[in-house]
Amino acid sequence: MSQFSSASPAFTGHDPENRLYGPLPDVTGEAGYEPDHPARVGFFTDTSVCIGCKACEVACKEWNTLPMDDADGTRDALGLSGMSYDNTGMLGANSWRHVAFVEQSRSVDLPMPSMGVPAAPDQGVGSAGGCGGSCGSESPAHGNADGTTIDQHSVLNAQALSSFDPQTAQSGDREIRWLMSSDVCKHCTHAGCLDVCPTGALFRTEFGTVVVQDDICNGCGYCVPACPYGVIDQRKGDGRVFKCTMCYDRLTDGLQPACATACPTQSIQFGDLDELQARADARLATLTEQGVTTARLYGRDTDDGVGGAGAFFLLLDEPEVYGLPPDPVVTTRDLPSMWRHAAGAAAMLVGVALSGFLGRRR
Amino acid sequence: MTRPDPEVAQADTPEMRTSGRPAEALDAPLDHRPGTSGVATPGGGWRRADGPTRGQQRRKRKGGGRRGGARDGDPTVEDAEFQSYYGRQIVKSAVWKTPDVPLYLFLGGAAGSSAVLGAAAEFSDRPALARTAHLIAGGGAVASVGFLIHDLGRPERFLHMLRVFKPTSPLSVGSYILSPFSALTGAAAALTLAERVDRVPGWVKAPWLRRTAGVGGAVFGGPMAAYTAVLLANTATPSWHEPGNQLPFVFTGSGLAAGGGLCMAFTPVDQAGPARKAAVVGAAVELAAMHKVENDHGIVSEPFHIGRAGKLLRIAKACTAAGAVGAAVLGGKRWGAVASGALLAAGSALTRFGVFDAGMASSKDPKYVVVPQRERLAARAAGTQT
Ligand code: SF4
Ligand code: SF4
Ligand code: SF4
Repeated sequence: MSQFSSASPAFTGHDPENRLYGPLPDVTGEAGYEPDHPARVGFFTDTSVCIGCKACEVACKEWNTLPMDDADGTRDALGLSGMSYDNTGMLGANSWRHVAFVEQSRSVDLPMPSMGVPAAPDQGVGSAGGCGGSCGSESPAHGNADGTTIDQHSVLNAQALSSFDPQTAQSGDREIRWLMSSDVCKHCTHAGCLDVCPTGALFRTEFGTVVVQDDICNGCGYCVPACPYGVIDQRKGDGRVFKCTMCYDRLTDGLQPACATACPTQSIQFGDLDELQARADARLATLTEQGVTTARLYGRDTDDGVGGAGAFFLLLDEPEVYGLPPDPVVTTRDLPSMWRHAAGAAAMLVGVALSGFLGRRR
Repeated sequence: MTRPDPEVAQADTPEMRTSGRPAEALDAPLDHRPGTSGVATPGGGWRRADGPTRGQQRRKRKGGGRRGGARDGDPTVEDAEFQSYYGRQIVKSAVWKTPDVPLYLFLGGAAGSSAVLGAAAEFSDRPALARTAHLIAGGGAVASVGFLIHDLGRPERFLHMLRVFKPTSPLSVGSYILSPFSALTGAAAALTLAERVDRVPGWVKAPWLRRTAGVGGAVFGGPMAAYTAVLLANTATPSWHEPGNQLPFVFTGSGLAAGGGLCMAFTPVDQAGPARKAAVVGAAVELAAMHKVENDHGIVSEPFHIGRAGKLLRIAKACTAAGAVGAAVLGGKRWGAVASGALLAAGSALTRFGVFDAGMASSKDPKYVVVPQRERLAARAAGTQT
């Protein structure tokens, strides 16, 4: 019954060690492993270099022999989603990597002569490589401090970006970009799926990841609505639930996960979590410096609603654009309060039922 | 439409203006747009170039597909502005089957309150009420075990539920409530039936045996009716999670109304007084708590008003209110007790179906995930919340 004491915050709400919520530096140790357990591993998925090739999806399907399904999870159906190049649609029991594909466009209002820049009309609006000789002549303007040059600065960034950024292109007065992101189970520090599993089928591995034991799972399905990211799902025709294992079977043999191995652009980086976090911070700094101010890390913050994710991301737009919740919170954070209210409600029931027996017999 | 064809992407269709931020942002001069410090900035004017508008999606989704939205598009509800990935749902909907799980919730509540009524009736010289309550509690509990097992993806592994005990899992806690509850109330019901059978040996008919089982079951009656609310609330399903502190009162109130109503309907009126009182108070608690669930949670309360859930809950409220008034006024007459007891039970069952449906609907529309979380982030950024 050591299980009981370790989870008592669920009843009492007294949780000084952040077992339900908040940062947890050693999640593996908290799960009961000896102090010499391996370091926590994870993924840093840098979507700014993803080319949407879906090698990760295929590698995962092959390694884990996942069955075929369509974008709505229907088994053995070949269905086109009809919304983009994305026919996988979502993470689920049969897709443990999902490459989201978003096509965006915007009109580009580049600085016009009215804004005081002479000979500007052609600049920056041409095709991606159409920098011509004007780039060099603009460069010295960087040092100036007036508003005009700040606008020019952003134009130069636009050009710089389109020359190295495979995701953006220009066409006339329109700029088009493709956001691609390989989504996966976040292997949360506070994993809702793991907290609510009544059979112990879901467990924390020695690598700090979250894995389902398919010989234990009885398909109660509780973990499915408990995941704040909508990752884990029940496989139709099987009854049990499935999700990414972070290739537990490969990790124990000293191999990298199949998806990270297959990724040709290093968009999916696997490694020790602390190392990945440092690498991600550096990458974000670089991008910010280059003017990509929409770049942000998602799941990196250990103060977030799930105590930080084991698989985190560098995104170029709001999380919900990629189908990710903007501020996920592990449901168990609120469980102590719910239990207390349930205890009150149960007492109310007993009190009301018994009070009818008091007093005058009618 | 799915090809990144510049022609298509350039077409300045209304879709681009309806898919996210205010349309004016597109046309505003560069330096007047929010945050134009770089080329790819929040509010830099990026919007999805392909895919149907929200309106079109909804029309398409109505056609079918379980992952599609379940919204009925009530015209009185303002569409909130938010972005999403092609309108697809973010959290997964519960895979629990209906009617299995709503019926399980209903039976658990009715059985829980009946068990308490039955045990108390044993000691207050109301044998008819005790008999009825034992039978309802035991029957309801055993049937709910059946529904629960039937709902598993691997029913033969039901006993895996008892491998571990986890307070963080309401279903684990619930398994340890349901198991003794159904065993004890089932035993009390069986012993009640055995009294009428001649061939049963005398010691089985000893009242102390039945009373012990009845009291044992009653101990788990309150938790049985209450835990199912936490079962739903402890998920990422928006319309279940947000009212998580009120749902236990909805469920126990509803359980009292159903259990009291059913006991009242099947018991001679001179013994049914306590059941009647429990039913009336329970119905009042259910209506009051449900009112808070339906109105206190902003956009997340919306699914309780629209679509199938809205219809079910409106009928439920009418049944419960009519049943409560009927029980209070006409409960002293046999036919009045039967009619109002039936109304209360129906109201309780419909409440469970409605709450279940509302949660399912809230999981299918990304709006209920994104908008509240955005509001939370905005509030935190404004420093009004930590
Ligand atoms: S809660 Fe969801 S994202 Fe987190 S570990 Fe579980 S399945 Fe993965
Ligand atoms: S479906 Fe399986 S893994 Fe999920 S909570 Fe139930 S027993 Fe655990
Ligand atoms: S880590 Fe393994 S199981 Fe997880 S997505 Fe990658 S290939 Fe699939």
